[in-house]
Formats: sequence, structure tokens, C-alpha cells
Amino acid sequence: MLHKAIFIYFAAVCIGSALLMITRRNPVHSVLFMLLLFFHIAGLFVLLNAEFLAAVQLIVYAGAILILYLFVVMLLNVDRESAAPRANRYWPWLTLFGLLISAEISFLVLRGSFPADAGQQPMTLAVGSVRDLGIELYTKYLVPFEIASVILLVGLVGAVMLAKKIKD
Amino acid sequence: MPSTLQEFFTLMTPIYPEVVVITVALTVLLLDLFVRKEQKSSLGWYSLAGVIIAALATFKLMGVTGSFFAGTFLLDRFSVYFKFSFYVACSLGILVSINYLKIEDIHRGEYYALMLFATAGMMLMASAGDLITIYLGLELMAMSIYVLAGFMRRDSRSNEAAIKYLLLGSFSSGIMLYGMSLLYGMSGTTNLAGIHAFLRGADLANPMVFLAMIMLIVSFGFKIAAAPFHMWVPDVYEGAPTSVTAFMSAGPKIAGFAVLLRVFSYALQPLQHDVTTIIAGIAVLTMAVGNIIALSQTNIKRMLAYSSIAHAGYALVGIAAGGPEGVASVMMYVFIYAVMNMGAFGIVIMLRRSGERGEEIKDFAGLGKTNKMAAFFMLIFMFSLTGIPPTAGFMGKFYIFKAAIQADMVWLAVVGVIFSAISAYFYLRVIMVMYMSEPQAEFKLATAPSLAIALVFSLVTVIYIGVYPDNVLNFARASIAAIL
Repeated sequence: MLHKAIFIYFAAVCIGSALLMITRRNPVHSVLFMLLLFFHIAGLFVLLNAEFLAAVQLIVYAGAILILYLFVVMLLNVDRESAAPRANRYWPWLTLFGLLISAEISFLVLRGSFPADAGQQPMTLAVGSVRDLGIELYTKYLVPFEIASVILLVGLVGAVMLAKKIKD
Repeated sequence: MPSTLQEFFTLMTPIYPEVVVITVALTVLLLDLFVRKEQKSSLGWYSLAGVIIAALATFKLMGVTGSFFAGTFLLDRFSVYFKFSFYVACSLGILVSINYLKIEDIHRGEYYALMLFATAGMMLMASAGDLITIYLGLELMAMSIYVLAGFMRRDSRSNEAAIKYLLLGSFSSGIMLYGMSLLYGMSGTTNLAGIHAFLRGADLANPMVFLAMIMLIVSFGFKIAAAPFHMWVPDVYEGAPTSVTAFMSAGPKIAGFAVLLRVFSYALQPLQHDVTTIIAGIAVLTMAVGNIIALSQTNIKRMLAYSSIAHAGYALVGIAAGGPEGVASVMMYVFIYAVMNMGAFGIVIMLRRSGERGEEIKDFAGLGKTNKMAAFFMLIFMFSLTGIPPTAGFMGKFYIFKAAIQADMVWLAVVGVIFSAISAYFYLRVIMVMYMSEPQAEFKLATAPSLAIALVFSLVTVIYIGVYPDNVLNFARASIAAIL
């Protein structure tokens, strides 16, 4: 029961802060709501016994990436008052469409069911422990792990390539 | 410790081609520092050599089949067929780029490195035996192409293309991950064989299965540019550097179909009935949108973008038909499409000279009088895209529609034939403009040996498959056992 109540708290705050994030006019506020969102996602990970993921979520996303975002937004010096409206004129239609899709997904998910034994496997695997996670990553998921490193390299090269000063 | 080293090399054997491509990409990045600006084309030739070495490695591994690295990486004839297609697409992409990059003054080593990284991503997609490998391979490919699309940094259209592709691509990746997570939640595994086994015994009326399937169809539909997920295609294809557009319309599309076949014809095979109905609907819509909107285009890159949508529709007809014939015809079709489309883009690139864009269809006016050779090449590629014998495009469509008829989907074949008749209007218009209009001004083409090699290769392949399709078709037929 308590477990469920905590889940509902985290999930509700996630959705709420995500909505606030995309509707705020001031970009700094948006980033701060994103920070709130990341904290509560970390909470969801803890509920799933994935303590390591929760820690990584906080350290990497909330701690490093988001702070970088904040720096960028502040350095860009976006004028708070004159910031353009966050929604274009189609927003009522788009919102309606989004709600429709959410309703469809909720309908299917509520009607559907996960098999009774599903979800047991990741729990018993004790993915929360760094040691087990490391062993999984370097044995079973070696190829995906290496691809991920190449993806990061591509991101790095791409960012440098696109952002480097154009020499004339 | 020689024995450990030996073990390591044995372990790595199945993945050698990917390792070669990624290593060459990394060395391109390093060599780029030491190569002078005027000699960047040597990096292009170096990358091409790397692709050929990877092709040789794949050729040597042809006899090896099986599942490696705990089932995350599969080596079978199916993946080998697609890898050869990627080598062809990547080689042609490099060849059409070398001169074009000089003209656009964006000749930088990163270009070739990113192209190779994208190719490695596609190869991993074709070999993926696990949802995680599929996703990461796809991201590796997509990430490289986002950057390539924005390679002309001074050009606002190129920037727009990159941003649009990045935003919509990330969105579709999100949908894909949602679908994958539902599949994982139900089956408890991300392994394709495991999912297949799970679905065999599962209650398929469970709406959750349906939801996962829909999400996967939507996200793969985005990658192969099927309607109604095609909105990004015209702007991205128009804005990206033409050589990137050529590569982008061939490689990622083949890779998308490779994954589509592996996931829907194999892992989700127990859902065949629902999948067929949905795919058939998407195929009709895609052919309609692509062919009808292409009629009103005046920019050749936009026209070829809509044509690319339409061709995804034809290939989807083959997937809807299913069965060994359907799968083999799709595999053959995407290869043919890649080659003929790269050829057509090669001619568009030829028209591009510094100062003038040469991207409007009216820029082709009088090409048949001033540059007979180029006009003839374009004629063949346009015939092939329309599907007129004796070109490869005809054979591709022939086997696709034949598979549809054999699968008792005559109506789908009829719809496909009607839409290819409509497509004749906008393809043949290019030919008409080339041969029947008077040349507007003195015309000099941007020719180069690299471009000539690519065009001759495309032309020979298009004619060869058009006259003698058996080799490719039998290769495709021999490759499908792995997924059926």
C-alpha cells in the first residue's frame, strides 16, 4: 500500500513537472522543472530496486547534464520578458490529439495485462548492484556496450564539427 | 599471454567487418589532422578501401552462421545480404561525395568518418539479435546522419534539415523504446528469439501486445519514410547536402527494412495476421502520398524525396505479402532502389556547380542536346525508377507484385500498378524536359572520375539486374532461411 502511494506521488510529480517544463515562458524555469522531473524519475528507479540507475540518474543527468543546460541557457542570455510564446497557434488541436493518443494508450494498457511472472526476472537479478550490472555489461551486453561508446564518440565529433568556428 | 589473445581474436571473428569499418572511421578522424585541405579526397578513397576490406571480411565469413555475444549479435545469410547492400550504398555515397564536397567547399575528413559510422550502425542493425542491439545500431546510424544533414553549416536549409531530422528522429526513437519496453515487460527478455518463443505461447488478444506492435510499426515506419510518418522527408532531403541525401535515401532505408523484416517476419511472426493488415494499409497510403504529391514538385530533390516515399510503399507491399517470396522480393527491391536512386542523385550532383544550384527540374532543360551522355544515364535511371523494362526497377516491382498476387492480395498488386502508372508522369517529365526543351544557357557539368565510377557502376547494375535478375534474386532467396 505504502509502495503504491509512493509510486503515485513520484509519477504524479513527474507528469506535473514535465507539463510545467514545456509550458513555462522563462527557459530557466523550464530547466529547473526538468531537474525536478529527473529527481522524481530517480525515485521511480529506487522503487524498482534499481539503486544504481537512480544514483546514475542523479549524478549524470541531474548533476552534470542539467547544470550544463542551465549554464547554456544563462549564457545565451534569453530575454525573459520578450521570450516568444511556447505554443504556436495550433496548440489546442495538438493538445487534443495528444490527449486522444494518451487515452488510447491508457485504454489499451488498462485492458491489457502483463503475464503474472513478468517483472520477476529483473527483480531477482539484483540489477541494483554495481557489480552485477558491470558483469552483465561486460559479458552479455558487450556488443551493445561498445556500440554505445561509438555513439558517444559520434556525438562528440558531430558537436565539435557543427559548433566549431567557421574560418574564412 | 598468447592464449588469451588468441581467445580474444576468436571471440571477435564474427564482428570483424564492423570492427574494420569503425577502425577505418577512427583512423580517418586521425588522418584528417595531417591531410591538407586540397587533398581531402584521398580520405575518401581511403574510406572506400576500408569498405572494400570490410566487404572481403564479410565474404570470408559467409560460411559462418550462428548467434554470438549471448545472442545480441547474429551472423547469418540474411545479415550478409544486407551488409553487402550497405557496402554498395556506402561506396556509392563516398564516390558521389568526393567532387561535390569540393564544390560546396565543405571537404572535411569528418564527413567520411560519419558516413562510415553510419554504415557500421546499419550493419549492426542487420545483424542484431536483440532489441538493444537494434536500438543502439539505429541510433549510431541516425546520430551520424543528423550531423551529415547539417554539414553545410553556412546554409540555413541544411541547418533546418538537421534540426528537423534530429527532433523527429528522437521522437520516433522514443516511441520505439516504449514499444520495446512493453515487449520486454511481457516476455522478460529483449532477445528476438526469446520474444518469438514467448509470443508463440502468449495470449495474443492481450491489448498490450497490440500496443507494442503498433509502436514498433510507427517508429520503423518513420525510419523507412512510410506515410503517415513521412512529414520530415521532403524538407530534410531538400536541405541536406545532395550527396548526403543520396546516401540517406539508400542506406538507412535498407537498414530500416532489414530490421522491419527481422522483427516482424521473425520475432513478431505469431502476430502475422494483424501486422499484414496494418502494413497493407500503410503501403497503400504511402504509395498514394508519395506518387500524388510528387506530381506537383518542381525541385528535383523534393521530387526524389516523394519518390523515395513511394518506393517505400512498394517495398511494404512485399512485406504485407509475406512468405519466402515476399521477403525475398523486398530484399531485392530495396537493393535495386538504392542503386538506381543513387544513380539519379549522381546526375543531380553533376548539375551542381559553384554559384548555381541546378536543383530545379527546369535546370535539366536541353541536357539531351548539350550533354548526351549525362542525359542518357538520367534516362535509364528515370526508366528504372518508373519500372520500365529492361531495367532493374521493372524486375523489382515485378517480383513484389508477383509475391502479392501469390499471397492472395491481388487488390494490393493492382493498387501498386496503378500508382506506378501515375509515377510515370513525374519521372518521364524529367526525360521530356531533357530531350524536348531547348537548352537555356551554356552548360558545363561538374564531372569527376569518382562520380563517373559511381554512375557507371549504377548504370551497369541497373541494366544487369534488369536483364538477368536471377543472381540477386537467388542470393536473396538463399538468405531468408534465417528469419522464416
